[in-house]
Amino acid sequence: MINIQNLVKTFGPKRAVDGVTFAVARGEVLGFLGPNGAGKSTTMRMITGFIPPTSGRVTVGGHDVVEEALAAKRLIGYLPEAAPSYPDMTVHGFLSFAADMRGLAGDAKLKAIGRVVELCFLASVLHQGIDTLSKGYKHRTCLAQALIHDPDVLVLDEPTDGLDPNQKHEVRNLIRELGRTKAVVFSTHILEEVDAACTRAIIIDRGRIVANGTPDELRGMSELAGAVTVHAAGADPVAMQDKLAGIAAVARVERVNGGVRAFPREKRAAGELARAVAELATREGWRLDALRTEEGQLDEVFRRITLPDTAKGADAAAGATA
Amino acid sequence: MTGARSTSWKAIRTIARRELVSYFTSPVAYVFLVIFLLLTGFFTFTAGAFFERGEASLASFFVWQPWLYLVLVPAVGMRLWSEERRSGTLELLLTFPVATWQAILGKFLASWAFLAIALVLTFPVILTVNVLGDPDNGVIAAGYLGSLLLAGAYLAIACMTSAMTRNQVVAFILAVVICLFLILAGFNPVTDLLTRWASPAFVDAVAGFSVMTHFDGFQKGVIALRDLVFFLSVIGFALFATSVIIRGHRAG
Repeated sequence: MINIQNLVKTFGPKRAVDGVTFAVARGEVLGFLGPNGAGKSTTMRMITGFIPPTSGRVTVGGHDVVEEALAAKRLIGYLPEAAPSYPDMTVHGFLSFAADMRGLAGDAKLKAIGRVVELCFLASVLHQGIDTLSKGYKHRTCLAQALIHDPDVLVLDEPTDGLDPNQKHEVRNLIRELGRTKAVVFSTHILEEVDAACTRAIIIDRGRIVANGTPDELRGMSELAGAVTVHAAGADPVAMQDKLAGIAAVARVERVNGGVRAFPREKRAAGELARAVAELATREGWRLDALRTEEGQLDEVFRRITLPDTAKGADAAAGATA
Repeated sequence: MTGARSTSWKAIRTIARRELVSYFTSPVAYVFLVIFLLLTGFFTFTAGAFFERGEASLASFFVWQPWLYLVLVPAVGMRLWSEERRSGTLELLLTFPVATWQAILGKFLASWAFLAIALVLTFPVILTVNVLGDPDNGVIAAGYLGSLLLAGAYLAIACMTSAMTRNQVVAFILAVVICLFLILAGFNPVTDLLTRWASPAFVDAVAGFSVMTHFDGFQKGVIALRDLVFFLSVIGFALFATSVIIRGHRAG
């Protein structure tokens, strides 16, 4: 549904988005990750046609967002960053305005408003002025606006920003649910959301895509992925470390609070490594408290690929001394 | 084609309605209306010497309007775009399936309609002059039309300056300065000064850009095509400039 090719946006000398290419199909929920200022919002603004690209092309549902702006915009529901709305309107007034702008009228309009009010839990504040609402309600009011015409494409810029944990949970579920029938792109800082809602994630840094894959694939890029951690009662960690280092498939062994972690030479050998460690434990008579294969951590992947090289070195050094 | 035209008017109407309602949901509208009517009354009856003139006309009512509007109209127009930019709703508005010109026209028409409402509320002066004497109501109607066009021209300029900045005060001051220039170019003391050292053709050309020159005819009851064209082109140009400015911001 969304097709982006070689998208570039420059602001003066700064290349905010620098050659981004990706596609999102119906039924996909794409998480858009990246540090602040990486170009997430700028990319989303170009998808929704708010700002024109410097070069490159975006099509939504086959319509070029510059050439056939109106046709593309009709397909898109957009929640801008910071979820703006008109503070002098009531929630109902605002949603009614959004429905009018989307060309909904009569019964269809009433139904649409009823549907989004229910989806976004706005019934209790429906006739309140937006300026009197808490941040969470304001946010959901703007989200409701994005859903009012039941769009095929949803572009959500930080949809869970400013929500409490329960609301975050609800919104993530909502996004996952909507993703079954729509193409969804949403940006976030929160890495758990990738697991909770995405079918695929893209990490963008300084205007470029630095990683693109399913949450499991991204996690697999972690150094930790495939490592086996062992906790054993009464065993001497130093001795355990030596024994584990003796296994052929083990590249190196590290001490972690109260246990020992063995990193494989090759990530594919993960299952074998766990079995080898278990056999070793039986032979040595270790009383195992826990033995697990690490899946890898998204935040480690995220940090490793988005930190500038110098900071990466410092980070690694800090990790080594710790 | 009629289908496309009707949806495009529908979008303009939707935007205009929202904008007009938003004037009246804030106290701004009522404060403005009260101040406008008080000042109009003061200028017409006290400063304009309505009774002392001893003639059945609204000359003292219309003659002050370029000056009165100079302050009041930019106050109505200054928030049009700067507020949308400041609060981020511009992003919402322009990602709805509407063209930029539709949004500009919708918002402009709403604030123009608001000024028309303010103007309609001055009807007691028409009653007064009709009770006291026997005025030429055709001249008064032409005066009102001129007044509405004058307000529209100022408003379009305020709309343009409002698109330039997210700060309403800056938008207001810029609009006042530009409108002041449009007054002074044809203001008698200024044109008198100019004639001392410039050729009459030059003075005429400068005065041709002034709202004073073109508002004059309406006050006398003359609806001349060139005056209509002048006001409508100021409005058209300023709104076009607004669209260029808004596009410029987005292009970064």
